Amino acid sequence: MTIRVRYFASLREKMGRIEDTLVAEDIATVADVWKVVGGGLPLPEHILCAVNMEYAEPHTGVSEGDEVAFFPPVTGG
Amino acid sequence: MAVVLCATPFSPYRELEAYQRNLEAGKFGATAVFVGTMRDLNLGDAITRMTLEHYPGMAERRLREIAGEAHLRWDLLDVLVIHRVGEIHPNDSIVLVAAWAAHRGPAFDACRYIVEGLKHSAPFWKKEASPHGERWVESNTPS
Repeated sequence: MTIRVRYFASLREKMGRIEDTLVAEDIATVADVWKVVGGGLPLPEHILCAVNMEYAEPHTGVSEGDEVAFFPPVTGG
Repeated sequence: MAVVLCATPFSPYRELEAYQRNLEAGKFGATAVFVGTMRDLNLGDAITRMTLEHYPGMAERRLREIAGEAHLRWDLLDVLVIHRVGEIHPNDSIVLVAAWAAHRGPAFDACRYIVEGLKHSAPFWKKEASPHGERWVESNTPS
C-alpha cells in the first residue's frame, strides 16, 4: 500500500520535510501512518489530521493511494 | 458562488463591485461583507510581515464546503470568498467574505457563519515576522 503523507506549518518545520511516501502493508489507520513517520513520538494532542483533504481522526481508516496530512490548528482569515 | 485563493494583493472593494455586477439585478436586497485586514501589532509586538501558508486543494475544498453549508442553511443568492496566500504586509487585505440575499437576516448570519467556519477549519496558517524573529501564530482570537 502506498500513502502520501504531508505536513504543514510548524509541524512541517519540526518534521524537517514537507512530505513522505509510505510503502507498507501493515497500515490500516491514520494512527498507524503516524507510527511510521512520527519518529517514535506519540501524535501531539493538538495536531489535526486529514485523509484525502477531509478532516479525519486517528482511528480513520486509510487505503491504497490515500493522501494523509498532519498539521497544527488553523489560523487563517 | 466563488472561492478564490489569491497570491498577490487584492482590493476587496473592487472585487466585490466586479462580482456583484454579474448578479441578477433586482433580486438581492442585502449584501453582508466581512473584510479581514493585516494589523501591524500582535501580542504586543510590532509585526512587519506575515506569510500565509495553506494546504492547496483542501483550503479551497473546505471553503467551498462551508459556503455550501451556508447556502443550505439560509436563503442566499450568492457567496464570494477570497483569501490571500503567500507573503503579506500590514494593511493588506487577508480575506473577503460576502453574502447576498433578499434580506439582511440571512445575509448577516451567513456571512458570520462562513467567517467563523473559515477561521476554525480552513487550512491556512500565519507565520509572522516580529522584532524577536519569525513565529507561528498559534491560535485565532475567539471573536
